[in-house]
Amino acid sequence: MALFDEKVKKQIKDILTAMKDDVSLAFFTQEFECFACGDTRSFVEEIASLSEKIKLAIYDFQKDKDAADRYGVDKIPAIVINDKDNNHLGVTFYGLPGGYEINSFLGSLMEASGLREPLKDDIASRITAVDKDVHIQVFVTLTCPYCPGAVSTAHRLAMENKRIKADMIDAGLFPHLVQKHQVSGVPRIIINESHSMVGVQPIEKLLDVIEKM
Amino acid sequence: MDFNLSAGMFDSELNFNPLVSDKTYDVMILGGGPAGLTAAVYCIRKGVSTGLIVKEIGGQVALTAGVENYMGYRYINGVELVQKFKEQVFQFGIDYDEGTAVQSIDAGDIKKVHFEDGRVFSAKALIIATGKSWRKLGVPGEEEFRGRGVAYCSTCDAPFFSGKNVVVVGGGNSGVEAAIDLARVAEGVTMVQFLEKLTGDTILIDKLSAFKNVRVIYESEVTSIDGRDSVESVSVKNRKTGVVDQIAAQGIFVEIGLIPNSGIVKGLLQLNQAGEIMVDCSCRTSVPGIFAAGDVTDVPFKQIIVAGGEGAKAALTACNYVLNR
Ligand SMILES: Cc1cc2nc3c(=O)[nH]c(=O)nc-3n(C[C@H](O)[C@H](O)[C@H](O)COP(=O)(O)OP(=O)(O)OC[C@H]3O[C@@H](n4cnc5c(N)ncnc54)[C@H](O)[C@@H]3O)c2cc1C
Repeated sequence: MALFDEKVKKQIKDILTAMKDDVSLAFFTQEFECFACGDTRSFVEEIASLSEKIKLAIYDFQKDKDAADRYGVDKIPAIVINDKDNNHLGVTFYGLPGGYEINSFLGSLMEASGLREPLKDDIASRITAVDKDVHIQVFVTLTCPYCPGAVSTAHRLAMENKRIKADMIDAGLFPHLVQKHQVSGVPRIIINESHSMVGVQPIEKLLDVIEKM
Repeated sequence: MDFNLSAGMFDSELNFNPLVSDKTYDVMILGGGPAGLTAAVYCIRKGVSTGLIVKEIGGQVALTAGVENYMGYRYINGVELVQKFKEQVFQFGIDYDEGTAVQSIDAGDIKKVHFEDGRVFSAKALIIATGKSWRKLGVPGEEEFRGRGVAYCSTCDAPFFSGKNVVVVGGGNSGVEAAIDLARVAEGVTMVQFLEKLTGDTILIDKLSAFKNVRVIYESEVTSIDGRDSVESVSVKNRKTGVVDQIAAQGIFVEIGLIPNSGIVKGLLQLNQAGEIMVDCSCRTSVPGIFAAGDVTDVPFKQIIVAGGEGAKAALTACNYVLNR
């Protein structure tokens, strides 16, 4: 059964017409599809069918180990958004970005296509100056209206600097990670496994933490 | 699977210019909820130079699941309504800033608006439409355990309390709704209500009473939230007897209503006891050239359509003020 009804399909299609360049999606699943893998595959397939600018590659998490390693994918389902030349931008969604999270997904897709709002000069130079490996994990639930904002900020940081990677993680699908990081509220932002923040943070606050690490 | 899509979120966004600091605007609007956005549409159409400052677009509407009493839509989800408001503003093009809060205001013939990040902008007239925000408990442990058991959004965070014991503070609509969300997943829900009965709508209270794992403690207040690394218990004091009970709980949801965002004009404008900006029926405040609209004011009834109407009034009064100055 299709995930998108006609109305949502049309809305998404309209939004995607503004895409600038092509975008490549790499989707990771496996032969015996995990819980949520099947739906997430339908999701990426339906999205890809709505714009000629979206190229979709489907990988088997176990058989295509090289690809998984290349994109740093360590669990499934995973959707990696790459640019038109298949350059890795460090932007990953773990889980199906439904509910409110459709907004962060479409936002990152548009940004990966080159449609980015300019950053303030001082912010841009602070991001460029980050010279260590940074991994941002944003835990969300799909019923959380604040969460897409936190995800978009993290993904934007990733797009602006190769050393930064950012993941959306659907808390409902990865209970062991929820346990590990003791997540009991979203959005929850974990930076390099060691620093943790609660709630939506402005890009400046994330940079403050990253710079002090 | 639902998709709470913000329609049009990517096409209208580009039709604005950043605010200019060495210009004196005719009207500067503070706030991007229904009051502020409506005021913006009216000011632009009147042809006065307009700046719009928004911490978070949509205000409370962006946090509302569904709206059934805004005319023209039998039902519309909050995010979608915000998009429609936004598109209507941006079709005109406007000087706009989003993401930073205003910290303070200087009155005088030309008003100055100071941002938290140090920027300053000027205008002949101001419209304050900063709305309301969730009230906090203000008890020990609340800040410390935020995100480690202390929560404010039951639709966001209820799943993390499956099989656990939780406290919900507040017996109005949002408290009752949170208790229902939580009763579905939690082991037990204890509601703490300040008054002697719940004040939520009857429909909701009936729904709540169908759950066997919910109890309500009346005429009581939370005095502290305790634990080591995360919430372990909540202290609740009976307001009549003064007796304090410890309730074992891994989570506490705070749903005790809203406070006006009037801190930036405290000491400058006349406020009522609830901290709301006092306005006359043309949205004038106690200072000439400063107008206010919507939930941040003492206007009776806090609703989207009321806030929008007040925004329109404030804009028209402000435009008159600027033209006749
Ligand atoms: C959960 C919930 C459900 C609701 N359901 C309904 C409903 O079904 N129907 C209905 O009619 N009403 C409903 N309401 C009420 C309605 O949302 C409000 O009455 C309305 O949003 C008030 O509009 P406003 O513009 O005055 O303020 P707000 O919506 O509160 O907007 C305030 C704006 O000011 C900004 N701001 C605040 N401080 C600053 C600052 N220092 N600097 C810059 N900007 C600032 C905020 O970011 C925001 O953009 C609901 C409210 C809630 C919380």
